[in-house]
Amino acid sequence: MNLCRPKRGMIFCALVLFLTECATPSFIPGSSATPPVILPQGTAAQTNDVIEIFAHQWWWELNYPDQQVTTANEIHIPVGRPVELQFKAEDVTGIFWMSELNRIIGLFPKTTTTTVIEATQAGTFRGTCAEFCGVSPAQMSLLVIADPPDQFNAWLAQQRQIPPELTDETLRTGQQAFLGSACVYCHTVKGTNATGTLGPDLTHLMSRKTIGAGTLPNTRGNLAGWIVNAQDIKPGNKMPPMQLESDQLQALLAYLESLK
Amino acid sequence: MGNMRRLGLNVGLCVLLGSVLVLAACGTYDTTPKVAGGDPTRGRVALQGYGCEACHAIPGVGNTNAMVGPPLEHFANRRFIAGELSNEPDNLIKWILNPQSVEPGIDMPNLDVSEAAARDMAAYLYTLK
Repeated sequence: MNLCRPKRGMIFCALVLFLTECATPSFIPGSSATPPVILPQGTAAQTNDVIEIFAHQWWWELNYPDQQVTTANEIHIPVGRPVELQFKAEDVTGIFWMSELNRIIGLFPKTTTTTVIEATQAGTFRGTCAEFCGVSPAQMSLLVIADPPDQFNAWLAQQRQIPPELTDETLRTGQQAFLGSACVYCHTVKGTNATGTLGPDLTHLMSRKTIGAGTLPNTRGNLAGWIVNAQDIKPGNKMPPMQLESDQLQALLAYLESLK
Repeated sequence: MGNMRRLGLNVGLCVLLGSVLVLAACGTYDTTPKVAGGDPTRGRVALQGYGCEACHAIPGVGNTNAMVGPPLEHFANRRFIAGELSNEPDNLIKWILNPQSVEPGIDMPNLDVSEAAARDMAAYLYTLK
């Protein structure tokens, strides 16, 4: 049975979008001192802050086209400025649901769905995929982190950096383990020969709070388990188990931890 | 032998038998290792916080599907840790703090676990009978 029938999904998504977009304020609840910013449906962003969000099975590819920043699964937005989110889906319909920011968005293949949000205070907010399209959508979250403007600018600057050439012996061994194994078929690390795009860009992996699209906190222990067998943690996701010798794993972990 | 005397003998035998059984039970030692200063409730949280669940299936700790490292069910009954150290509190804490020093190059990474957290983790692991 095909559980991802576009037509039914489109009608459902369109209905949900209509009901929730009508005069839905976008604001962060919990701040009684700050009035919410109400952006009516169809508001043009009048902003340079555009974020393209591509939904893949089962992760979120993120692109700031005006900033030359590419990342995954965690977006940062500046407090007090409207930001335009452009949702695109590659192969299946989806729903992006972020209750704290009052948005539920339908995603359709070959179509861009746009919404504008604004955070009135700093904080971390979690959105998730809300449409069944296989095994892993329940483990496909997107963190939205609202930073004060100077912190946001610092984050952008860090994300634009290309990692320098390595001199430390352990890190070089780890980089060799990375470049010499199947990692490169799916992942990109800027400044290296790894240019895969099937999975998240890892250039600034350690700048993110979670791995597996919000599945686990980004710590060395969780990263080790994820690399060796992501299927145990997020069954059905597209990262296969990795055959690695244990000393290779230690070097690889050290290398990945240098990708800040 | 009169009825009363027989009754008395039976009761006396039961008491004797009962005492022997109770005393025999007292001779069964509780062999659970004690971890001084370790809190198993905190240890359970620490095991999840440091990401141990990503590689080990530990009863009561997060997702229990991971098979990267051995499952830790019944850990208190194991005689050895990682096939190398005898399973007692000081060795377990040493292992958790620095597995790479015990077996260089092994798959379990050093996770910068604090001494207090290692103690708590050990206390929890020893509740897994």
